[in-house]
Amino acid sequence: MAKLIEVRDVSKVYERGKQKVEVLHHIDLDVDEGDFLALMGPSGSGKTTLLNLIGGLDLPTAGSISVGGQRIDRLGAGALAKWRAARVGFVFQFYNLMPMLSAQRNVELPLLLTKLSGSERRKHAAIALQLVGLADRATHKPGELSGGQQQRVSIARAIVSDPTLLVCDEPTGDLDRQSAEEVLGLLRALNRDHGKTVLMVTHDPKAAEYANHTLHLDKGTLVEQATA
Amino acid sequence: MKYLHLVWASLFRRKTRTLLTLVSIIAAFLLFGLLDAVRTSFNQAGQSANGAQRLQTGSKLSFIQTLPQSLEVQIAAVPGVKTVTYANWFGGAYQDPHNQVFSFAVAPNYLDVYPEIVVGAAERKAFAETRTGALVGERLAQKYKWKVGDRIPMQSTIFPDKEGSKNWSFDVVGILHSSDKKSGGFFDQMFLLNWKYFDETTPYNRGQAGWYVTRVADVSQADRVAKAIDAISANSDHETRTQTEQAATASWMKQLADMGLIVGSIMGAVFFTLLLLSGNTMMQAVRERTSELAVLKTIGFSNLSVLAMVLAESVLLLVLGGVAGLGLASLLIPLVTAGSGGTLNLPVVGADSWVLGLALMAGIGLLVGSLPAWSAMRLNIVDALAGR
Repeated sequence: MAKLIEVRDVSKVYERGKQKVEVLHHIDLDVDEGDFLALMGPSGSGKTTLLNLIGGLDLPTAGSISVGGQRIDRLGAGALAKWRAARVGFVFQFYNLMPMLSAQRNVELPLLLTKLSGSERRKHAAIALQLVGLADRATHKPGELSGGQQQRVSIARAIVSDPTLLVCDEPTGDLDRQSAEEVLGLLRALNRDHGKTVLMVTHDPKAAEYANHTLHLDKGTLVEQATA
Repeated sequence: MKYLHLVWASLFRRKTRTLLTLVSIIAAFLLFGLLDAVRTSFNQAGQSANGAQRLQTGSKLSFIQTLPQSLEVQIAAVPGVKTVTYANWFGGAYQDPHNQVFSFAVAPNYLDVYPEIVVGAAERKAFAETRTGALVGERLAQKYKWKVGDRIPMQSTIFPDKEGSKNWSFDVVGILHSSDKKSGGFFDQMFLLNWKYFDETTPYNRGQAGWYVTRVADVSQADRVAKAIDAISANSDHETRTQTEQAATASWMKQLADMGLIVGSIMGAVFFTLLLLSGNTMMQAVRERTSELAVLKTIGFSNLSVLAMVLAESVLLLVLGGVAGLGLASLLIPLVTAGSGGTLNLPVVGADSWVLGLALMAGIGLLVGSLPAWSAMRLNIVDALAGR
């Protein structure tokens, strides 16, 4: 299978005041297209930092990151934003939906950056909501939905622009077991049935079981690579 | 436009706070509309096509200083002068000293110089022939329900009669109105009395005129004529200052009150407060939406899009409140004018005021939105998502 993500000798150093903290040390990582990869590790191990770098939310201090053959570490802020809009869908632990917008409007948000007309945007959003099983909740605002439903809306938002890569940061961290399994099942379906490459950070070994591979990070270094 | 629903939803994310801020903005622009109408009303006084042909000559020292009546003949002899007339302030009050009336003792040819003052021929004749006759502006007559034939007691706040009494009586012989409602609203509130009755009854005038009004034959020669008139009294004890009617009215108004300064000062204070208030609202609104703005940037909104959306939100807030405030002023001004019984003749909120108002809304909106928009633009996604 073709490689989608190539991380080469990536380090990340944060400056907190006068202190320099090296969060990632010389990471090398390859992720195949269509893979479902779980990143595990204790708090502060650098999981989210690595996810942010691969998702184009942050830039490495050293090393290179290529996604789909494109060196994203060389892109400027504007180009990186465009790249994210076209290529990556994000799912967060706390859903991060706009509380004043309906589920439909939340899902439509990434499409505002495209040239689609209003009716086309609505149509795409409706399909995405149908895919996550929330077509009947389109007019509901986040406050009127359960945690699991909100996370499914955020997944619909992540897939509405048909990105290659789904980046999920603790997507089940705020959910009960049943909702978590629904969300993980959905991610697995998106991976298997729709060919999305999924990169998921989790603390939960049960969640990691849904992935094809699990990588462990400790103190900024990849320490173990296992196949699920 | 496709972002409008997002900007609108963000604006009303905290409904109570936004509505309270809107009320403040409405109040500020309502005040702006009303005060601007007052300022415009003052500015319009004396501005008319007829007014451009008239020069006013008053004392160089102060508008309350009088001038000798002998100047009339000398002014009439200046080349370019078509007609000259004179008048004096009577200072009348009706029933109560607070009910001040714009009352003037006027020369017999006074109305010749003011073609925009409309009076029936019979009424004008009656005014000329009735020693105690008075011509009353139609709004003033409406206010006090005066009609032709009424005998009006009037107290002068300045001039007593020979017995020392300040109580005068006049017979209403006609109602006058202005054919130019925009700039001539003042005429509709005037009370004109005969010069002869005035000058012969009070011992304190003694052949003095308050001011002269000259109609020039050619407007382009007005400056030259004004200088020639002032040259007559140069180096005398009654030096004059001759100006166009517009300049004279503005100068007279300025001696009463500098409306531009007053309105400017009040509005400056109001808008400064508004700046702080709406600026604080916008800062709070953006601060509590940090993670939402970070999410927008995460899914691909550029820094400039985020900046533009916050600025648009701020401008929308100001425009919503401002348009409502100015609209309210447009509705209230006719009611204020009607309610004042003709004392106030405020113009409707005109295109100029709307343009100025909209410019203020946009300007203040951009100003108060600039800081939070800048913060939103510079927001670091990773830090914001981590709650740092």
